[in-house]
Amino acid sequence: MKFLCIDCDEQMSFGERQLPGDGTLAAVFRCPACGREVAMLTNPMETQVVSSLGIKIGGREVPEQPLELVRSSVDGGRDEAFAEQPATSVTREPLRVEWSEAATRRLDAVPSFVRGMVKRIYADYAKERGIHEITPEIMDRARTELGLEGM
Amino acid sequence: MRKIRTYADLEGPDSSGLGDQLVLQRRRVDRRMKTVGTVLGVASGKGGVGKSFVAATLASAFAHGGRSAGLLDADLNGPTAPSLLGLPRRSLSVTEDGVVPPVDSAGLRVFSTDLLLEDGEPLRWRGPAADGSLWLGALEKGAFREFLSDVSWGELDVLVVDLPPGAQRLVELAELVPKRTRALGLTIPTSASKVAVARSLRAAGDRGLPIAGLVENMSGYACGSCGDVGPLHPGDAGDALARELGLPLLARIPFDAEAGACAERGDMNGVLASRAGREIAALAGRLEQEGAP
Repeated sequence: MKFLCIDCDEQMSFGERQLPGDGTLAAVFRCPACGREVAMLTNPMETQVVSSLGIKIGGREVPEQPLELVRSSVDGGRDEAFAEQPATSVTREPLRVEWSEAATRRLDAVPSFVRGMVKRIYADYAKERGIHEITPEIMDRARTELGLEGM
Repeated sequence: MRKIRTYADLEGPDSSGLGDQLVLQRRRVDRRMKTVGTVLGVASGKGGVGKSFVAATLASAFAHGGRSAGLLDADLNGPTAPSLLGLPRRSLSVTEDGVVPPVDSAGLRVFSTDLLLEDGEPLRWRGPAADGSLWLGALEKGAFREFLSDVSWGELDVLVVDLPPGAQRLVELAELVPKRTRALGLTIPTSASKVAVARSLRAAGDRGLPIAGLVENMSGYACGSCGDVGPLHPGDAGDALARELGLPLLARIPFDAEAGACAERGDMNGVLASRAGREIAALAGRLEQEGAP
């Protein structure tokens, strides 16, 4: 999918993506010549069609997680179905990330079926950016930047 | 009319890279399946022919015969493999490599949506209720793809895939793992089954999928007392399909109440010791002779 600024005859570049949490999606594209921006807005059904393919509009920011599509798409699922094992990679930052009380409450509201995966993605996001405490605001930012629809 | 440049005219990268993301998904499957010798898709055109029972017993026979074997229950909405194998529910370890499949006492590695759901809970997908038919098929295909690519199958001689009724998932399997997949067609003797199985196997054949052969299940009734096999279903679908499609009929498996009772309580050793189980173990041997696995 590419966007063309007709006036400038220039290909527009991807700017940002927003996922307000109601199933809709906004992807902003910008003309590098005149600076004009357009937002592509999808309704919940259109967003679902794309996410059902396991792909991200605007590109993928986080490497695909094991059973990511299944875990983020199943409604319900068995509690304790998955047990996340700690990462063994030696290249990971040793930074310790804390969760604020509000962020913990929000994480607890995520279905247990997918909670472990979501927790790891947010923690990795924070570590990579040197963030010591995850708050609901950080979660919102990560969700938008990483395109975590359904998480 | 003004001339607007086309997608191909624009030289800049596709920043969403949707096509590239799909390619990467296929590569994940390729990488995982590199350590699997043969993927054996057990397929029928219709439900109720005992496909899950045959697939689970066949995979178990391979494992008991010393092969490294896996069983993927691809019937997402009607999963039965863990209960047939008597596997207890445990949390699945998720590592950087993937999801670790449970292993039964014979070393058989198993994956199924049953492991993800509460007892009796149907598989429900999140998404807008309206127009579900537009995205449900893609989601199920994606789940099947992830079961192939994201489960840490390890090195396997054979991965038996229990396919749901119909040709769709068999065709998807042929697309996802084109070089290693062979199909095994399963029918019961009736003419209705013959027609349905022929359709599925032709659809697979149209995509160049090799078919290892045919199995006729519920081929008579094995008496629990005297061991004689009496009539059960009318018809000769196994022989007729073999003639029509030019395929070997590799086994006739009688309906066996003892095997059914063992399967009901998850006793695969008991199944393999039964009359039906012995026929399926012999089928595993024939498949090995035929080169699959």
